[in-house]
This record gives sequence, C-alpha cells and structure tokens, in this order.
Amino acid sequence: MKEEIIISGFGGQGVLSMGKILAYAGLMENKEVTWMPAYGPEQRGGTANVTVIVSDAPISSPILSRYDTAILLNQPSLDKFEPKVKPGGTIIFDGFGISEPPTRTDVSCWRIDAMDAAAELKMMKCFNMFVLGALLRIHPIVSVDNVMQALRKTLPERHHDLLPLNEKAILKGMELVRQL
Amino acid sequence: MAETSEVQLLKGNEAIARAAIRCGCDGYFGYPITPQSEVLETLALLKPWETTGMVVLQAESEVAAINMLYGGGGSGKRVMTSSSSPGVALMQEGISYMAGAEIPGLIVNVQRGGPGLGTIQPSQSDYNQATRGGGNGDYNVIVLAPASVQEMADFVDLAFELAFRYRNPAMILSDGVIGQMMERVVLPPAKPRRTEEQIAAECPWAANGHGLRSRRPNVITSLELESSVMEQKNLHLQAKYREIREREVRYQTVDLDDADYAIVAFGSAARISQKAMEMARADGLKVGLFRPITLWPFPERELAELATKVKGLLVVEINAGQMVYDVRLAVNGRVPVAHFGRLGGIVPDPDEIVEALNAKLVNA
Repeated sequence: MKEEIIISGFGGQGVLSMGKILAYAGLMENKEVTWMPAYGPEQRGGTANVTVIVSDAPISSPILSRYDTAILLNQPSLDKFEPKVKPGGTIIFDGFGISEPPTRTDVSCWRIDAMDAAAELKMMKCFNMFVLGALLRIHPIVSVDNVMQALRKTLPERHHDLLPLNEKAILKGMELVRQL
Repeated sequence: MAETSEVQLLKGNEAIARAAIRCGCDGYFGYPITPQSEVLETLALLKPWETTGMVVLQAESEVAAINMLYGGGGSGKRVMTSSSSPGVALMQEGISYMAGAEIPGLIVNVQRGGPGLGTIQPSQSDYNQATRGGGNGDYNVIVLAPASVQEMADFVDLAFELAFRYRNPAMILSDGVIGQMMERVVLPPAKPRRTEEQIAAECPWAANGHGLRSRRPNVITSLELESSVMEQKNLHLQAKYREIREREVRYQTVDLDDADYAIVAFGSAARISQKAMEMARADGLKVGLFRPITLWPFPERELAELATKVKGLLVVEINAGQMVYDVRLAVNGRVPVAHFGRLGGIVPDPDEIVEALNAKLVNA
C-alpha cells in the first residue's frame, strides 16, 4: 500500500495540521510516512499545501510530480493540482468559492461542501476534520480510531475538550461527501 | 530523562534539537531564522537546562553565536549553533578562527535560497561555502549532508565525535526540505554530558582552568606572527585534513550494480533523485544513485571507480552547479558529467530529473 496525497488551500484552513494528523495516524499503524509542507511567510491568507505519503515500504522522495489523491480547498489549488492527479486517482474538493469545478473524466471527483457545513454547524475550527472525514470515507488509509489517537497526541491538552467535536466533524464529513 | 527513544513523527529541525540534548550537548547558541527556527524553539520548549544542564542561549546575532562556540569549544565543551544560509554567511569569520585555533564545534546550516537575504524556501546553494571553508585561509570543515529526519538526529552525535576526534569544526549541511519535513524517527540513545574530569582527560588542550597546578596554561589562538611557525602550523593542519580524507569518507549507493547511468546527489536532492531513479527504471532505463554523505571529505575515489562502470553521471543539486565540479574532478573526463538544478527556492520534482537524464545524457 502506498498513497501519495497533496492537500492544498489557503493558510488558516488547517491544511498542514490535517496532513499532520493523517501522517501521525499512519505512524500509529506502523506505516512509513512523510509530511512535506510548502507555504509562504504569512500565517493566514497565503497559499499553503502539504504532501503526505503513507506507505508500507520506505519512501524515497517527499516531493512528487503526480499524486494518487488531491484534496483541493480553493480555486487556485484546483487549477494547479487537477492536472497532476494520476489517471485513476481521486480529487476531493470543497465547493465553497469554486467557479470552475474539475473537468477530468479519468479520475474520480468528489465534492464536499465542508465550508458551508462547518459554518452552519458553527464548527469552523473543525473545517479540516470534515474534509479528513471525506478522505477516509473514500480511501480508508487509516482508521478513524487512529485519527482520534493522533488528535489526542497532537492537540495540546488544554484543547482536549474539543476532541468529541472533531470526531463529530469527521463523521459528518464522511456523510456529506458526494461523487460527481 | 523524559525523552524516550520510541518512534516519533518529527520535523528535521526538531530532531536536531532533541538529538542534541540526548547526545550530551553542553550548549546551544543561535539566532532565529527561517527555515531552521524550530531548532531554537524546540530547545526552548524542552528546557534542557532543567534536566541535563545544557545551556540554551538566544544570541544577539549570528556573529555572537559563533564566537560563543569558539569560547565553549575552546574549553572542551560540546557546543553547537544552527542557522540558515544568510546567518551562516555571517559566521564564516568565526568558523575560520575555530579551524585555525583547532576548536571543535557543530554548525548546522538549514539552507535557503540566496544570494543575499534571498528567499525562505529550500536550496543547496551553500555547497561551495561549506566545502571550501567559507572564511579566509587554507582550511576545511567536516561536512555531513543528511537526507532524512533520521539522519538529522543521527548526525548530531556523529558530528560532535568527528569534531572532537580531529579538533575541527564540523557542519551539518541540511536544507529547508529536510528541516521542515516530518518523518518517523527514533532518537539516539541518551548519554550524559561529559564531566569536568572527562573533559580534562579527553581534551588536554582545553583552556578551561582545570589542572593548572600540574600543567602549563593552555593558549588557544589562531594568531601567529612568526611566518615560519605559521607555515608549520598550516602543514600540521594539512596533514590533519589528509588524515580526515583518508578515514572519514561516507556515502550511500542505491541500485548501482547493473546501472548504465548514475545520478549523484546529496541531501534532499538525493531523495527526490531516488524517486526519479525508480521512475526511470520503470521505463526500462537502468539508473542508480550515488549519494555523498560527507561533502568534505568528498568520496572522490569511489566516484572515479563508478565512472569506469557507467556511461554517464547526472549531478542533481538545488543550485546552479556546485558539487558538479567535484564530481568532474573525480571522474577526470572518463564519462560525461551533466548537471541539473533549480534555483531560488524552487525544488525540482522527480519528473524534471527524469527529463534531464534523458535530455542531457541518454539522448545527448
């Protein structure tokens, strides 16, 4: 098993931390993982992406030209990475602010309106966990249990009261995602 | 110690800091700069001064930090600093003084794109500076190039061992990819800081005020105004560098046995090149990888031998072509040696490397 993933969006959307939780959960399943961020100097509002690889075998490059799965959370990310998904691969995108949805027919395209759902449920801080739920529904790379363990390990203890909310967001994301 | 040696998910920069505490480092002096700030941040978070007694100090500048290394190393302590390219440029005078005065110490460079303040994105454009000795005078620094987070952790202790064995500054030449990426890592076993008695026994040259009743005061300086003495001192340094070149070359090879072509790359470029190698092999092109681990001393003999077995070498670096000259010297015209690199903080992807291999060697 080897899954090569790009997660891309605006800074502040939780792109890097979502990747980190995924990588951490992979580590707990005794897999090889790499997490390679790319972002500008700004904390919010700039572009941010992270390449996450989860594999049974040692990983050569943490930087890739093509991906099995692309999780694209704004239009610039969609424009940039849609052509870089391998044929037969998967695109998951958030519908918020998307004027030109993906058009490729040789990959499976999934839409989740996580931004809208998170706003409606007043769970904006869990936006990335909705999206992670969508990914795990389509590709159960790691178990939800291990994601929760990873959250417990990576969230500072003062935020552990938010764990149930995060789990709820993951499960909701699994429900919300739709194939195009 | 609170730190355990279980499998962890860490950034390269975090691994450096945690490994330093575990390998008995006595002091860290540094000034924040992207993309290596997590080294100082992690040390501040872990507060080793409360556990091992390791000193952690945010210096007022990189110039101050490297001179704190001169003082700490001169008293026989395991001391280190870390910075990124513009900061390491500022340290070159101090590194030259350390080499001249034969003071051990560890300098970590998590490179970013230059020249000048450049960019915060990854680069390998300080290769020449690191391997030629970036300051004045005839000297060399031992340079280790990690290609994984695990090696970031492992090379801290190795660098200290080499620095003290040869009384010479050692450098870990990393970059923004290896510093910022997270991978699984097992930290090295914890060992205590050396006691004053151990330092006195292992570093009889140290100017630390110990044992003065039984020995003459030690004087540590790079200054010598009598040229005949200074020449002897230089000859001594050159003999030492020859010994290091004889004994400390390190490298890794991947799939070279049946290779028609080889990629030569270090650090993050070697990781990306390995993927390119896998892709090229899937297309039926027999490619192998040669990765220098020590950039100085450079594996020249091994590369000369490799040149008798392959049709050509592609040197992949995240710079405009620096190590390629060392490879060409080693290969001495026996086979074509081409270069591929990206500049200014752009990291090459595996596709581009396969294209370069085909365009510059296979179909050239």
